[in-house]
Amino acid sequence: MNVGFYTETLIPALNRGLLVSLGLIVPSGLIGLLLGILVGTFRVYGHPVVRKITDGYASVFRGTPLVVQLFVLYFGLPNLGIYFDAYTAAVIGFILCSGAYHSEYIRGGLLSIKNGQFLAAQSLGFSMVKTLLWVIVPQAIRRALPGCGNELIYLIKYSSLAYMITCIELTGEGKVIASETFKYTEIFFIVGFIYLILTSVASFFLRRLENSLRLPGFDHYSL
Amino acid sequence: MIVPPPDVIRVENICKSFSGKNILTSVSLGLTQGELKVLIGPSGGGKSTLLQCINFLIPPDRGTVWLEGREIQIHHKRDIYEFRQQVGMIFQEFNLFDHLNALDNVAIALRKVKKLKKQAAIERAMAELDRVGLREHASLYPAQLSGGQKQRVSIARALAMDPKVMLLDEPTSALDPELIGEVLFVIRDLARNGMTMLLATHQVGFIQQMADEILFMEGGCIIERGKPADLLLPASRTRTRAYIDKLSELYEELK
Repeated sequence: MNVGFYTETLIPALNRGLLVSLGLIVPSGLIGLLLGILVGTFRVYGHPVVRKITDGYASVFRGTPLVVQLFVLYFGLPNLGIYFDAYTAAVIGFILCSGAYHSEYIRGGLLSIKNGQFLAAQSLGFSMVKTLLWVIVPQAIRRALPGCGNELIYLIKYSSLAYMITCIELTGEGKVIASETFKYTEIFFIVGFIYLILTSVASFFLRRLENSLRLPGFDHYSL
Repeated sequence: MIVPPPDVIRVENICKSFSGKNILTSVSLGLTQGELKVLIGPSGGGKSTLLQCINFLIPPDRGTVWLEGREIQIHHKRDIYEFRQQVGMIFQEFNLFDHLNALDNVAIALRKVKKLKKQAAIERAMAELDRVGLREHASLYPAQLSGGQKQRVSIARALAMDPKVMLLDEPTSALDPELIGEVLFVIRDLARNGMTMLLATHQVGFIQQMADEILFMEGGCIIERGKPADLLLPASRTRTRAYIDKLSELYEELK
């Protein structure tokens, strides 16, 4: 076995790719979640026109393949005079896609909050925005968290699609070296393993977050 | 000539229909300072809808509301938010904020609506919890409180806003019989301290003892109104008397 290949070529390349992947995942995950909370809230409580628009956004981005969205952003928009570099196009694509999915989980969370919570806040003089901000959304997020966590795990994996628009991240680096060396099995075994570590770490912290947000009345009964 | 005392709150000609069905037909009433009026009548009679129309949780189709002589502009959101701060509302189902402990339930409106500093809001909230006998329970969440305790927290939450009038929608109807007493005790205390209240309830003893006026609602109208002594006279042939007899009968059966 050629140890030099691993230490001198593969590992540095994959490290480089991993950094790019993290650079894609972290901002997309955070901004995507915020976008999802905003869009989900608009989809339930927005003005009818806003509701239509945000519903439309969610159905487009949930209803088309992510690769197609990325191609449009990176290869299509330049035709309209809008240019993004590969990294920016990928992050925008991921934010829009995960925002659409998050909005669906948040919507479910919002719909599960009883109307009495809304009435109580209104009766105390809370405006619509304050009612949502301080009473409804904090409860909805707790209920939506498992779903949103699921979406973050997906994001870690679909971040690998960035290499399709020439943003060479973890999978891309692996692919480049594999085409040169034909060591597909070893390389993608390692790449896959790295994703597994990333998702495991993310799951761990999501569980910690769920626990820290757990309140009496929002917990489940464990037998 | 004796000038009647001005009403703290007055509603005139409130009408509401849902999908063509009239729920409220031209309801009018007023409360002077410190008055306790009781809404009674069969369910579906419009009591809840009336109470929620008064503070515009349900926008009435027609009608006018005055608070201390000032007409509330129903199409003016800010006016409604201001108005609601001065009208305490108690719900049958308590409707405490599930994600906040008892103290924060009381404090949150002080902080976010009245814009009090955190420390001031917490102190005021603690004082209100003390007033309803729940100082020790300040850190508990709604899921950890009994029904009676929840309703007392919700009363503290309303009182913290210094309301000029309180609307209470069957505050004891969702409670175990054992827990009704503690909530009625708090309400009685409020009445004695001069709180102006409109209360929907079926607690006959409480009505006889405390109500200044009974308003009997059926089919979306107030069909009888008068002092308990007049309406509830054993010999009187009022609809109210018949209804209360039914309630008492039922109560006897349960005993």
